[in-house]
Amino acid sequence: MAEIEAGGGGGKHKGGKKRGKKMSTRVDFTPMVDLGFLLITFFMLTTSMNKPQTMEINMPVKDEKVEDVSKVKASQAVTVLLAKDDKIVYYFIDPVSGEPQTPQITNFSAGGIRATLLKENKQRNPRLDSIPIYKDMLNKGSINEDQYKSYLSGIRGYKEALIVVIKASDKSRYNNLVDILDEMMICNIGRYAVVDITAPEVEMLKTVNLE
Amino acid sequence: MPKVKVPRKSTSVDMTAMTDVAFLLLTFFMLATKFKPDEPVVVDTPSSISEIKLPESGIMQITIDKQGRVFFGITEQTTRETVLQRMAEKYNMKFSAEEIKEFSLQSTIGLPLSQLSSYLKMDAEARKAIQTAGVPTDSLNNELGDWIWQARLANNDIRVAIKGDRDANMPTVKRVIAILQEKKVNRFNFITSMEKAGE
Repeated sequence: MAEIEAGGGGGKHKGGKKRGKKMSTRVDFTPMVDLGFLLITFFMLTTSMNKPQTMEINMPVKDEKVEDVSKVKASQAVTVLLAKDDKIVYYFIDPVSGEPQTPQITNFSAGGIRATLLKENKQRNPRLDSIPIYKDMLNKGSINEDQYKSYLSGIRGYKEALIVVIKASDKSRYNNLVDILDEMMICNIGRYAVVDITAPEVEMLKTVNLE
Repeated sequence: MPKVKVPRKSTSVDMTAMTDVAFLLLTFFMLATKFKPDEPVVVDTPSSISEIKLPESGIMQITIDKQGRVFFGITEQTTRETVLQRMAEKYNMKFSAEEIKEFSLQSTIGLPLSQLSSYLKMDAEARKAIQTAGVPTDSLNNELGDWIWQARLANNDIRVAIKGDRDANMPTVKRVIAILQEKKVNRFNFITSMEKAGE
């Protein structure tokens, strides 16, 4: 056992020639890996991968506004007033008398304004039923994303469909505006406009104690 | 009879492969990372189901915070410089080259033009400490409108993004939209965050 080393060593280096100890060429990488992972952690935490989301909105051009509103058939439009405390007041125009119907109070929950808009839009826009079919076709790959979008905007822009006029009162929050625009997308309403609130509507809000 | 000798194995593991992976990831994150610009105001954006992503460049961003202060920012540094020079011309003000350089490094500004010079002289710490007044939006001193107009002159394809706080009050938001419409901007974006499940 031990003699192997001793014997061998004695025999070989007879001349007493000094040899440097053979050093391993391997380097210990552990600290480097530590550092590497530390930096990875740092960059992973500081990086912001997700770009902010946006919603696009087109405002009516100022000069044409008056003309546009008059074109809307009264029975087709619903006016949505954003009131204080995240409440919504909406009313339809009576097709016979042309006067506003009794304002309804609702909120932003799924059973609130969304249910109303979905119901009203479905009554006026029979093409809405075909959206799930196109969606299915998109999922199966028989139409592409662009085609789907053009079909969708065609359906949403149907001329008999519900038109929503959004009017934000001064007591509402910015969140309300974004939420109602979101509802437009959820309810597949292609035609809507954000318009200034008028004095009679402010009065209307006062009568329901939401001004 | 020779004894069976179990060779003594080294306990050290070859780290090379692990290092490779670690540094590969490190390189990826270093290149992919984009530090959040230091914004003078924290804004809690409303959530929406919209999935349109905001482009990274060519944006003029109008921020509205809880207190109704309005901030203005442009993504490109060169555009910022041009816009400030034009604004200075319009308001008969002089900005030194250093001030313009310093301004081009600011992602967002929120104070009247008259206070801009002294603001740019401060260091980053002092800037954070002071409460800025916001860009004036009233009709007598409509600096926001001029900023928007000059930014559009400097970059014709610039897109407008409004980043409002959930609790921003509606009169301010409406005022900003009205100014945008005055400046013939009828198409703009609202910056929102991802809709959280169950909301």
